[in-house]
Amino acid sequence: MSDHAEEHGDSHYIKIYFWLLALLVVSFIGPEAGIQWLTLVTAFGIAVVKAYMVAVHFMHINLTPRYVIYTVVTCLIFMLLFFAGAAPDVMKDRGTNWEKPAWIEAERAYAAGEVSGVSSHGEDHAEGHGDGHAEGEGHATDGHEAAGH
Amino acid sequence: MAESIPVEENGHHAGDHRDHGHHEMSFSEKYIFPLDHKMIAMQYMFTGMFMALIGGFFAYAFRMQLAFPGIEVPGWGVVSPADYNSLVTNHGTIMIFWVAMPVLIAAFGNYLIPLMIGADDMVFPKINRLSYQVFLLSAIVILSAFFVEGGAFGGAWTAYPPLSTKAEYSLTGLGSTLWITAVFLEFVAFLLGGINFITTCMNSRAPGMKMWDIPMVVWMIVIASILFMLSVGPLLAGGIMMLFDQNLGTAFFDPDKGGDPILWQHLFWFFGHPEVYVVLLPAVGIVADVMTTFSRKKLFGYKTVLYTAIGTGVLSFTVWAHHQFIAGIDPRMANVFTVTTLLISVPIAEMMFVYIATLYGGSITLTTPMLWALAFIFEFLIGGITGIFLGASGNDIYMHDTYFVLAHFHYTFYPIAIIGTYAGFTYWFPKMFGRMMNDTLGKLHFWLTIIPFNGIFLPLFVLGAAGQHRRIYDYQNFPELALPWMQDMRQFATVMLLIMLGAQVLFFYNVITSWMSGEKAPKNPWKANSLEWTADSPPPHGNWPEGLPNCYRGPYEYSHPDREEDYWPQNEPA
Amino acid sequence: MSATPIATTRSTAGMPTARLAVWWIIASEIVIFGGVLGSYIMHRLAHGIWADYAANTNPWIGLFNTFVLLTSSLAAVLAHQAAERGDGQRAANLLYATCGGGLVFLCVKAYEWSYEISHGMTITANTFWSFYYTAAGIHALHVIAGMVLMLFTASWAKKNEHLHRVEIIGIYWHFVDVVWIFLFPLLYIAK
Repeated sequence: MSDHAEEHGDSHYIKIYFWLLALLVVSFIGPEAGIQWLTLVTAFGIAVVKAYMVAVHFMHINLTPRYVIYTVVTCLIFMLLFFAGAAPDVMKDRGTNWEKPAWIEAERAYAAGEVSGVSSHGEDHAEGHGDGHAEGEGHATDGHEAAGH
Repeated sequence: MAESIPVEENGHHAGDHRDHGHHEMSFSEKYIFPLDHKMIAMQYMFTGMFMALIGGFFAYAFRMQLAFPGIEVPGWGVVSPADYNSLVTNHGTIMIFWVAMPVLIAAFGNYLIPLMIGADDMVFPKINRLSYQVFLLSAIVILSAFFVEGGAFGGAWTAYPPLSTKAEYSLTGLGSTLWITAVFLEFVAFLLGGINFITTCMNSRAPGMKMWDIPMVVWMIVIASILFMLSVGPLLAGGIMMLFDQNLGTAFFDPDKGGDPILWQHLFWFFGHPEVYVVLLPAVGIVADVMTTFSRKKLFGYKTVLYTAIGTGVLSFTVWAHHQFIAGIDPRMANVFTVTTLLISVPIAEMMFVYIATLYGGSITLTTPMLWALAFIFEFLIGGITGIFLGASGNDIYMHDTYFVLAHFHYTFYPIAIIGTYAGFTYWFPKMFGRMMNDTLGKLHFWLTIIPFNGIFLPLFVLGAAGQHRRIYDYQNFPELALPWMQDMRQFATVMLLIMLGAQVLFFYNVITSWMSGEKAPKNPWKANSLEWTADSPPPHGNWPEGLPNCYRGPYEYSHPDREEDYWPQNEPA
Repeated sequence: MSATPIATTRSTAGMPTARLAVWWIIASEIVIFGGVLGSYIMHRLAHGIWADYAANTNPWIGLFNTFVLLTSSLAAVLAHQAAERGDGQRAANLLYATCGGGLVFLCVKAYEWSYEISHGMTITANTFWSFYYTAAGIHALHVIAGMVLMLFTASWAKKNEHLHRVEIIGIYWHFVDVVWIFLFPLLYIAK
């Protein structure tokens, strides 16, 4: 509370705010060039910088006891761990005794240029699963009918 | 945290009243919407026990069906296959989320943390009350599923899609939605409670209480709360995704429409495995406190226990996929998870050695709580060792989903949730209710619970190794699994279950009679050190109306050579 | 009866209780968003076609909403400064401004979603759109929750009560802002 932030006037925060806006513009323009590495750097690299600036200058994380930073970093590390453990399965279209038919079909069609993707409809490549939609919304009553077969 | 910071009256609170004791509370303020941490703890404790009776009743119904297929189970009726699925699913869910967690973390945490760290209440009494109310709501939601069309959810407590997301498979459309809603609400309740526990323990310790002066049970509940908080997020996100899959027609977990069912398994077990340690740690904390008191010895390796607990906690985030070895996960990842799973037995074994070393050379008194604590070590050892069998992926392919897994699981969770709770409950009963418990009845109850418990689950190891698969409601349809000796074992386990459930009547009888007419308890009946024993039994609102205690030493200073008495209370100046 | 326990006023860990608690809340929120965004990123990296789906989102709206949230964060931090100086009235006004930012954000979101839904990009269209609505929806719920809490805080601040809570709600609001800072590239500008 009163143990910090006294040295900053309002102008400090306004300065940080304009820095954030400048970064925002850069992160918006960067991907327009359509170069993949530039997109990655400007979109995500700058997002990290912006998040850091908000955490430090607005949330004052550097003025809290050290264990707060450790906790936040631990959370992020555990999320990376979750990603590392789950991604090998989730990022594959087939594995031991299983495959994901909708995905395989969608990527095949995409590679063949049949589907532009812009139409954005899952039904394009999930023939025969269209009525699955209605059933997915089904409640207990539908379930009982389905029990018959 | 080198030196304690004296109590600081923050300027922002200057306007608040401090009128503890001057205000006569109405019945509903005191018992229905209390702010006092002890009363909220009692609410959690008795809700948890009520849910335990329901979970136990479910176990009774489906074990009767397994032992005597097709009979009309007294109190339930004929168990249909759908009934059987709902019963096992809700037995699992209720016993873990509505019994083990509220009793071990919320009830003991609420009761013990402020008393043991020398504070007058939790830091956020209103959030504490809100936490219980959300929890109660979640309990009502999960039980209400039994009264809706289609019945309660029957897709196992892990709720794997598509069984849990598609009504045409599970046949319980609304039941599944109620199940995931209840679990979601329950987690929100424990997030609120957990933040309260962590903040209280970090910020509100008595002047002089350093990090290494905190009693082990408080440490363990706080570590468990942190583990819970760090692991539950993905499952909360997954719960929302599952709700959408069930009700909006999205396809997060449906491979036919671009989703991935294995993603749910990862989201679930990323929480599900740390959850085991979330409930284990408070139980080992309780055992540490009970054991040092009744062996009159300093805890052997206080910091070792703490480091092993933290090590177990961190490692527990790296082992989750050992539940998925046959789910078709990447075989290379299965290797990694085998190694981490076997590694996690190292800190836990270390912890058990420390406990045994604490007993060594102590002057042991076999009171009821001490019997429970010793039984915890013994039974948990069996559970832990059989876990190593299952952690090896090659072996798990044979053992997976057999009764061997089930027996292993119950040999870990039963010591945690039941034995640990009884150890804590009988140990702190004098403090909670101001009366001594009947020791003879307590010991009778102990033996009538422990012996049948082993009688239930030891046969199930054998049956599981013989290939008996779970989730089959009538083995008569599988001649090779219904050999006479197998059916005999099943019946033996069921009879043992009946004895064990019957013995619990003894416990409730003992609680009620001791509460009503037991011998009045002194402040410190066990001659223990920690701060809660310096308050009145039961402690009044505000815990120490005459002024909060200071702390001068660690909680385990038993049999100090320079002292006449064999204990040295934490609040006694040197 | 509103007796604050003595426990609440202690600070053995070296920071006021409420600030400590809000950081723990943020820690638990990080893993909630981590779960849903982690799942999204796995799918996004693995599916080439998702980049084309993502091209249908309107980056200008994303840009505008990021700008709105950043501005509201500035108002929140200035409110904290005013509260530090004991100027409750100014803090309350700035908090109302922050809420206004949240309201603009939600209105733009509502416009954006109704446009997308009316053009067939519904939550059930495919998994990309399911993730899009789920992630942004959870975030929007946090915005709404923050606004409700902020209105309470402002009404106290106006009476110069509980001024320390201005900082607490501000920290929470900045966190919601940070989440959006990551959602913006993930959902709008990475193609």
